[in-house]
Amino acid sequence: MCIVLRMSIGQTFLGLLEATPRHGYDIKRRYDEHFGHARPVAYGQVYATLSRLLRGGLVEVEAVEPGEGPDRKRYAITEAGVTDVAQWLARPEQPEPYLQSVLYTKVVLALLTGRQAAELLDVQRAEHLRLMRDLTRRKRDGDLAEQLICDHALFHLEADLRWLELTTARLDELAAQVRR
Amino acid sequence: MSAPLLVAEGLYRRFGETVALVDAALRIDEGEVVAVLGSSGSGKSTLLHCLAGIVRPDRGRIVFDGQDLVTMSDARRSALRRDAFGFVFQFGQLVPELTCLENVALPLRLARVPRRAAEQRAGQWLERLEVTEVAGKRPGEVSGGQGQRVAVARALVTRPRVIFADEPTGALDSLNGERVMRLLTEAARDTGAAVVLVTHEARVAAYSDREVVVRDGRTRNLEVAA
Ligand SMILES: Nc1ncnc2c1ncn2[C@@H]1O[C@H](COP(=O)(O)OP(=O)(O)OP(=O)(O)O)[C@@H](O)[C@H]1O
Ligand SMILES: [Mg+2]
Repeated sequence: MCIVLRMSIGQTFLGLLEATPRHGYDIKRRYDEHFGHARPVAYGQVYATLSRLLRGGLVEVEAVEPGEGPDRKRYAITEAGVTDVAQWLARPEQPEPYLQSVLYTKVVLALLTGRQAAELLDVQRAEHLRLMRDLTRRKRDGDLAEQLICDHALFHLEADLRWLELTTARLDELAAQVRR
Repeated sequence: MSAPLLVAEGLYRRFGETVALVDAALRIDEGEVVAVLGSSGSGKSTLLHCLAGIVRPDRGRIVFDGQDLVTMSDARRSALRRDAFGFVFQFGQLVPELTCLENVALPLRLARVPRRAAEQRAGQWLERLEVTEVAGKRPGEVSGGQGQRVAVARALVTRPRVIFADEPTGALDSLNGERVMRLLTEAARDTGAAVVLVTHEARVAAYSDREVVVRDGRTRNLEVAA
């Protein structure tokens, strides 16, 4: 599971650079240590992100050591970069009603086409629970950071499941409305 | 495949006009934790009570370790409940006049274990459930989470083959609920006990190995159906 969304990896790098300038490999190491967990960030993505930040003027190359390869450069955060991190941290995240709407669409389509909507919801429930079991197991074996990350995912999945239960309970009502 | 520890098939049960179970089925192997899920009134508790020999189904078969619970005499069923089953409910299961240690020791005392030995074993279970500090207190003097861990210790002290838990975390906040679930499932795994866990909370069900869903008295087991 990747806990830092692709769109916020830039700000995360900036945050890691705020304490001190770092080389690419050092940023990757720090990133993996705190946020990588099951999925470390790829080197390709590290350098792609850094060059994007560079173009945006959010970081600058502070020093270049002699030799070959991308790891010669040490990156430092700029004033604009610091402002960017501060703004990102201060801005609330858009709550994600995404999954529900896909599932809602599937349920309505199943009803419209005379398929088993209850079946679809049951299968989804089983899938959610399977993932929740994995996370619970990981939580049991993990340190506090791992536990908190897993809990976040678990609470979200639980919310989905509650929606699944509620929809299952109101399926007849919904079917009547949809077919009208 | 070896015979399952507990098997129920074709269970029907009505209460007056209310049909609580319709062709319900469940099987559980040694050391397995099975969650029973479903909306309120779907028949979860009735299923658990049938499996545990508390309620007799009108029809159906329940076999525990080769013995048929449905046709068994009441006296044998009581003995089986006492010797082979452990119970954890939402609340109200501890004897208020006894200390927590005495509560945990009670099932052993009923099985004629001498007081000293019973209380020593009870003390070990309190330690295992991380509640040694409440040993000398009465249930009315401990928190909900502590009380529930004492109840789990009491359910486990006789080393039951099956633990029946009906909403064991229903009265607890998330942190305490998870702690109870972690300790309950760990202890069950270590002793090889099977657990039938009724819950409507997904995060609690996530401590199970698999789930059975009850809807309008019918069981659905997707993993078997698949
Ligand atoms: N002793 C009883 N007498 C009469 N009706 C009963 C009895 N026990 C259960 N019922 C009925 O049987 C049905 C199933 O009840 P059950 O307690 O098994 O549901 P449940 O799934 O455990 O619900 P909940 O999640 O609310 O605890 C309900 O309609 C209930 O009213
Ligand atoms: Mg119930």
